[in-house]
Amino acid sequence: MSDTEAEIETIENLPLDEWHRAHGARMVPFAGYSMPIQYEGILAEHTWTRENAGLFDVSHMGQLSVSGEGVAEALEALMPGDFSALKTGRMRYSMLLDEDGGILDDLMVTNAGDHYALVVNGAVKWDDIGHLREHLPDEITLTHHDEQALLALQGPKAADALGRLVPLTNDLSFMQGTFAMWGDVPLYITRSGYTGEDGFEISVPADKVAMLADALVAMDEVKPIGLGARDSLRLEAGLPLYGHDITEQTDPVSADLTFAISKKRREQGGFPAAGKILETLAKGPSSKRVGMTIEGRMAAREGAPIFAGDARIGTVTSGGFAPTVGGPIAMGYVEAGHALSGTKLQIEVRGKMLDATVTDMPFVPHRYHRKKKA
Amino acid sequence: MTTYFTKDHEWISVDGPMGTVGITDYAQEQLGDITFVELPGEGDSVSKGDSVSVVDSVKAASDVYTPVSGEVREANGALADEPELVNTKPESDGWLFKVLLSDASELEGLMDEPAYKAYVDSL
Repeated sequence: MSDTEAEIETIENLPLDEWHRAHGARMVPFAGYSMPIQYEGILAEHTWTRENAGLFDVSHMGQLSVSGEGVAEALEALMPGDFSALKTGRMRYSMLLDEDGGILDDLMVTNAGDHYALVVNGAVKWDDIGHLREHLPDEITLTHHDEQALLALQGPKAADALGRLVPLTNDLSFMQGTFAMWGDVPLYITRSGYTGEDGFEISVPADKVAMLADALVAMDEVKPIGLGARDSLRLEAGLPLYGHDITEQTDPVSADLTFAISKKRREQGGFPAAGKILETLAKGPSSKRVGMTIEGRMAAREGAPIFAGDARIGTVTSGGFAPTVGGPIAMGYVEAGHALSGTKLQIEVRGKMLDATVTDMPFVPHRYHRKKKA
Repeated sequence: MTTYFTKDHEWISVDGPMGTVGITDYAQEQLGDITFVELPGEGDSVSKGDSVSVVDSVKAASDVYTPVSGEVREANGALADEPELVNTKPESDGWLFKVLLSDASELEGLMDEPAYKAYVDSL
């Protein structure tokens, strides 16, 4: 789970650094920042989030805004989403693609009215900003909001907790966002997250984030949760981690993220490497990201080779013990002929062959808050 | 019975020719929740410094090095069902394996409890 950083790179502190330490966090370097890996323990924090509400500091992520004449079309030239049709207050998962169709980053794009808000991964945010500056037209304004912190509140009791502070959030459905005031503190709140649970991401001025974090953990159902449980929760939710499960060497089709290539874009193309990606979509990819459950207790982690009989047919990209599943699970790429749910495979870990089965993801059902059809 | 410690955070409790090996409370605290322990086979011949066991936590897999050479006489079978014993009782019920020492002089290079405590405090 550690990202490789150049040794000369300095480790910066997040706005909540002291707050984390005061709450008993163990801090580790991650994405160029000192971040909390755990407070009371990963298993307990994981289970707490599945049953109550967990507060995550994700202020290392890049919060960008993009505005100007023709901004939707400009974003569509770099990503396969249909942003022209995205209504105000709606958000989409998308990917920045390079000219070969490789994934530069995955991100959330929200139509915030007078601008589009982008939330990008912390480890590659500077590369993303460089890429966007280089490729967006001159009339488009890109702003990096490093004066803002970002909290995620995740879990089945997240809505109860946040609703007490900001009642307006009760009106949001999954993948919707709104401006809101908490007292005199301006927030931008989206009903989204990366745990598979209902929850919110809350953009808050950095100088007010400690006050908001205090107000949230003061509630019985909210505890601070570290990066360790964030990783096990997102793995169980079947959500890929950039730099591991998706990289510049993977494309949206082999990564099984074709839901993010909207219908109109499939018909019209116009995103990077559209020809190549749409051809792969039609013919099927040569390898595919799949989920696997593993027999026994031993975990398979990133880099473990995957076999079908004697033939090496893939590689694990992330894996570990899944607390809610109660056993080890993994994500990885396998050759297309071995990607069907139920396929029996073997994963080599420390010289032992572990029996694994290709499994539909998510491993733990998503419990997003979607509006019931009228 | 005397207990010695290594810089890799293993302990060995020696009673005559037999040593019981585990990881220290500091080590389990660093590793976090332990989900699986891979143990050496009974009868395995091991050399000081060999990686003979792996402790798998939610975070990562970590090697355990044997502090002495000898023959593995017993592995802690209770850990198959309760790997968390290494978290809850690392220096008693959460022991990993018992080894018949082949060279008791190897113990001389290890730390006693006060020395290990000072070492951990320095980290």
